Amino acid sequence: MPRLSLFFVRASLIYLFIGVTYGGLLLWNKVLPFSSIIWLLRPTHIDIMFIGWMTQFALGIAFWILPRRGSEKPRGNEIWSVIAFFLLNTSLIFSIFRVFISTTWIVVAAHSLQGIGLVLFLIGNWWRIYPLKFPEYLNPKG
Amino acid sequence: MPTVTRWYVKTSLISLLIGISIGITQLIPDINFPGAYPIFIHLLTFGWLTQLIFGIAIWMFPTFSKEQPRGPEWVSWLIYGSLNIGLLLRVIFEPLQLVRPNHLTEWAVDFFKFLDANQFLIHVLFTNDIVQWALLLSAVFQWLAGVLFVVVIWSRARGTKAR
Repeated sequence: MPRLSLFFVRASLIYLFIGVTYGGLLLWNKVLPFSSIIWLLRPTHIDIMFIGWMTQFALGIAFWILPRRGSEKPRGNEIWSVIAFFLLNTSLIFSIFRVFISTTWIVVAAHSLQGIGLVLFLIGNWWRIYPLKFPEYLNPKG
Repeated sequence: MPTVTRWYVKTSLISLLIGISIGITQLIPDINFPGAYPIFIHLLTFGWLTQLIFGIAIWMFPTFSKEQPRGPEWVSWLIYGSLNIGLLLRVIFEPLQLVRPNHLTEWAVDFFKFLDANQFLIHVLFTNDIVQWALLLSAVFQWLAGVLFVVVIWSRARGTKAR
């Protein structure tokens, strides 16, 4: 597994841990209310699970297993995916802090960073999605 | 594909089917199924997507060791059990928590009494304590599944120099 995929996957596991802990607290609070502040965590829980856990895990695996070209730079210019990793994680930190800062700009900034991050990942890896060069390898006799 | 992964994948597909069915019922006018939305969302995100990721990751991630390539198998089964018991408790008891105080509940209790149903069953379905405990257990089980998966997969996610 390349180093960047490792970062994506481990970050996604950290967010899975935070996300299920938030989710557990939310469900607990629904049954036995102990804090009104907990409900403010709901949008953050959604962001953490969708972007932090699922999307980040998928991007990490995609970066690892998508077809490679050549042996010198098999995954092309990795800087696009590196920047995407930083933008996604910065956006999630913004999302966590929106509980404490009650302004809408932080939400806009968080989602904008997510969007830009995903676009950069696409730019960096789009060319790796191509058809099989030698399809006869799949069926040598046929 | 190992047996435990097959169970994860097949159960995730069942969750997808139930989740979509609940989603469709929400679109039908005059059907008010209380608490359907959170169940619909969690069946799709946790029961379907997360469970599918768990199953495939346990199967395909770099091996844990030569003797136990996927780590201790009982942990994978424990994650599977926790995830699905937690989700099932939520699917059953989250709607009951919402319907209990209204007329539907009173009607249902009368109906069960009319059928001479077991008092324990009525108690289980419509008493505050049971529903609360079931939902708290659901929260604990779902949390446990996530945490155990993180512990199992963390050590199997490792880098290679050559690739």
